[in-house]
Formats: sequence, structure tokens, C-alpha cells
Amino acid sequence: MSAAEISLRKAALRSRSLMIGLVLTLVFAGGALISFLWTPYDILTLDIANKIKLPSGAHPLGTDHFGRDILSMIMVGARTSIAVALVAVGIGMGLGVPLGLAAAARKGTFLDELIMRGNDLVFAFPSLLIAIMITAVFGPSALNAIIAIGVFNIPVFARLTRSGALSLWTRDYILSARVAGKGAARISFEHILPNVTNLLIVQGTIQFSLGILAEAGLSYVGLGAQPPIPSWGRMLADSQTMISFAPHMAIFPGMAILLTVLGLNLMGDGLRDLFDPKLRKVGR
Amino acid sequence: MLRYVIKRLLSLMISLIVASAVIFLAIEVVPGDPAAYMLGLNAQEDTLAALREQLGLNGTIAQRYGDWISGMLVGDFGTSYTYRTPVVEMIRERMWISLPLAIYALALSTLIAFPAGIWAASKRGSVTDISVMGVTQLGVAIPNFWFAMLMVLVFAINLRWFSAGGFSGWDSGFFAAVKSLTLPAIALALPQASILARVMRSSLLDTLSEDFIRTARAKGLSKRQALRRHALRNALIPVLTIIGLQFSFLMAGAIIIENVFFLPGLGRLVFQSISARDLIVVESVVMLLVFAVIVVNFAVDIAYAFVDPRLRVQG
Repeated sequence: MSAAEISLRKAALRSRSLMIGLVLTLVFAGGALISFLWTPYDILTLDIANKIKLPSGAHPLGTDHFGRDILSMIMVGARTSIAVALVAVGIGMGLGVPLGLAAAARKGTFLDELIMRGNDLVFAFPSLLIAIMITAVFGPSALNAIIAIGVFNIPVFARLTRSGALSLWTRDYILSARVAGKGAARISFEHILPNVTNLLIVQGTIQFSLGILAEAGLSYVGLGAQPPIPSWGRMLADSQTMISFAPHMAIFPGMAILLTVLGLNLMGDGLRDLFDPKLRKVGR
Repeated sequence: MLRYVIKRLLSLMISLIVASAVIFLAIEVVPGDPAAYMLGLNAQEDTLAALREQLGLNGTIAQRYGDWISGMLVGDFGTSYTYRTPVVEMIRERMWISLPLAIYALALSTLIAFPAGIWAASKRGSVTDISVMGVTQLGVAIPNFWFAMLMVLVFAINLRWFSAGGFSGWDSGFFAAVKSLTLPAIALALPQASILARVMRSSLLDTLSEDFIRTARAKGLSKRQALRRHALRNALIPVLTIIGLQFSFLMAGAIIIENVFFLPGLGRLVFQSISARDLIVVESVVMLLVFAVIVVNFAVDIAYAFVDPRLRVQG
């Protein structure tokens, strides 16, 4: 391990927000992974005799209106949230980064203008509006939620990549790569991309957390994952009419969303500080 | 300045045309035959034909798009298939809930964020600053519809200060109506206020480290005077952009929040129309919202150029 790696590692351990964020994220990601092998109760078995039970030894977070264990539901729901948000970030990066690299490489040309105006246009459609259009035509599903959130992520990454890449294109080492006869595409992937990776990781974390919020919102209004697939938003929607006598049904899934998003945001802030101490004061 | 405005106006027009084409294609062309989609599997052939006629589906795609646009320009958004009323009337009725709600939330968010951001920046590193930043960190992470549900639990069900949902109507008096919009507006404003306060703080901190602030201090202004007379105005530029961007999030957020509080606004209308497969209403409302977002962002761009002459040159 080089000296630089050791000091980075030390800085990471010292960063309180990074550590808290990491722990929160790992708890929920871990819960989602464990749920593939084991959950305290089977979430597909209804146990009407034990419906709407407050938290107890047998059910640490209580049960819902079908007698299902809320802890188990939250663990399986984490799967849905994480999967939707992760694939949506993947779509955003997979399409946005190449577009941003291309726009930067051809700065000021028609291609650049076309990509950037296209970005502006997508920004005018918040992910919820995209989801509404898709659902109006194809019906609600988790896949449609992924597409809606993913499409909205494309301009975010395209813009970020372009602005990061633009500042790199003026550097001397890029000039020497051009002198060596490398083409724009090759320079973009070999020299520009590795140097904007940090930016992308930080933004990826933020978009991941926004994706979780968006998925929760969409499934809350019934445009996301459909029953019987558990999702946190859906659990909140179910709890709404029962909130006066079963508040635990509303409180725990909401806490799960809040803590996951908080964890990812803290992690994003921590990573940004770690990668680029100059940006520390900017905040979000 | 005039050249700048014309340039922006041109790009506004292009955005609107492309956006409307995207919406039109997504809703009227992708599903194949919208009439068959709206009526479901058991539709009779003559009903289908009648609906196609009513929706004007018999023309070419270009013709239908042209009809749709020219109709909207003169305020004709078509007729809702399920309600059998002109869409423009339905929108106008519900607009009186959605628009005041968005404005109310925007006002609240600004009123909370400005003092919080300025306060935190002027006492950088203090307990105040750290608590403002901590609270905003939570505010950004909280799902607003969940926060809305918790407010209903506390303020409507337990304390009985507000009703849990519904809209009293403007006929019942201004204050009663505003009161029924208060919890929804707070729920909408909280995350936006958190983001705005953070932007306000960081923008102000950037400005406070500039040379002209040091000059102002050197000529004898107190820290507070320098902040008020010189820093604040310069720090407002990024804040304005964020307010513009937030408008689109407020519109979208309102769609969900209206559902939490059973407010009969545009958001409820959209969901009712989706479940009734009333594509004409969905199409019009989505277009209207996108139109609002594009126009507001255009207005922000222009407002910017007035505030900061440097931007006029860059375009």
C-alpha cells in the first residue's frame, strides 16, 4: 500500500459523516441481502389472527393489517428500493457519461449544443411526470418506475461529466496525448473518464438516494412496484387509513426511507470531502 | 440585452415544441389506438368509431398534432372522455388549488431558508451553524409524503388543529381555505427549504471570502453591514437558479402531496384520469405542468440577466 493510500484511508476513518453514512447504508444493504436467505417471518403468509400488533418481542416492529411482520417487510422492501435506484443510476450513468464525454470532446459544435439542449428538455420533465406518462400508457410496474427515474438521471450525469471533462481538456497531458496521435474518443475513455470518476461516484451516491426517495413516492401513489412485491412506499400507502390506531405501520417504513437516504447523503458528502478537500465548504 | 432575450425566447419556443411532440407521441401514438386503449377489450366497434371521431383520431399523426397544438393555443384542450366536460374547465377549477399550494409552499420555503442560511453562514462553525446544517440534512432525506402523514397524525388526529385532508373551498372564506392548504404547503416546503438553506449558506460563504468584502470591511463597515450591503445581493444568484429549478419539483411534489391530503387539485385529477384511462386529460395536464416548468425557468434566466450583466454576454 502506498503512502497516499494510507493517508486516504486514515482520512476516511476520521470523516464522521462518511463513517455514519457507510454504517447506515451497510445496515440497509445488508438487510436486503439477508432477506434473500432469511427473514424473521414469511412475508407472503397472512396471519390475520395477529393483525395490527404493536411492536413486541415476537414482532420487533409490529405487524400490519394482514398480520405480516413489518421488520420482514422492510427487509424485503429494501430490495425493491435498492434495485430500482441502482438500475436507475446505472441507466443515468450508462447513457449520461458517454453523452457528456462526447459533448466535451466536441465543445461548441452542433453535437454539443444538441446534447445540452436535450438535457435541458429532460430536466423539464420531473421523474414523476415521466412516470405518469409511462403509466398512463403501459400501466404501473417497478420497471416503469426504473425507466422514469433512470431517464431523469441521464442529464444529471451528462452535465456533470461534460463540465468535469471540459476542465480536463485544457490540461497539458491531454495535449501530449493528442500529439501522440490519439483520437478524441480514445482520449475521452483513456484519460478523461478515469479523472472524472471521483465526481461520478459522489454524484452517483446522491442520485442513488434521490432514486430511493423517488421510488418510494412513485410506489406510494401506486405507480411503482405492484403487490405482492413489498416496497416501502406501498407500505406507507397501506398504512395511511390506519394511521390513527396503528401509527407503527407508518412510522417504521418511513424511518427506513429516511435513514437510508440520510446514510447515502452523508456518504456522498464524506466521499466528496475525501476526494476533493477544496470542495468541502460548498456543501449541498 | 435584447439579443439575449430573443435568443432565450427562441430556445424557449424550441423546448416547448419538442416537449409537446414528446408528450403527444408518448400518449397518442405509442399506445397504438388510443380509443381502443381507453375503452378496453370489450368495446363495440361503433363506440370505438365514435370515440375515434370525437378524439379526432382519423387524421394523420401530423394533422392530429397540429390540431392539438392549435386547439391549446386558443384554450381548447379537448373534452374529457370520462367526465364529458371540456378539459380546460376541469383544469381551471383544480388550478385554484394546485397553484396557490405551489406558491404557498414556495413562499414558506423561501421564508424559512433565507434566514436559516444567512444565520448559519454568518456564524460559520458555531453550534447554530452545525444545528442548521444537521436539520437541513434531515430535511433533504425525509420523504415529504411521509412527513405529511406524520403531521396529519400529530396536528390533525391528536391535536385537532387542522383537518386531516380535503379542501374547504375558496367560498368558505380566505382563511379557512388557506388553513386547509397549510399542512400540505409545509410538507412540500420542508425539503425545498432544506436544499435552499444549504445553497444560501454556501453561496454566502463563497461571497464573504471575496476581495470586495475585505475592501468593504477595510473601509470600516462592520461584518453585519458588509453582509447586508454587499454580500447578500451577490450571493443571491445561485439561490435564484435553485428557486427556479425547485418550481418543477414543487409541481411534481404537489401531485403526491395532494393525494396525501385528498386535495382535489391537478395531481388528483391526473391519478383519477390514469385509472379511468382518460388519456386526453393526462396529456393536457402533463403538457400544462411541463409548460409551466419551462416558462418559469425561462423567467429565471431573464431575471438573472437583469441581476448579473455578465450573464448577458455569455448567453
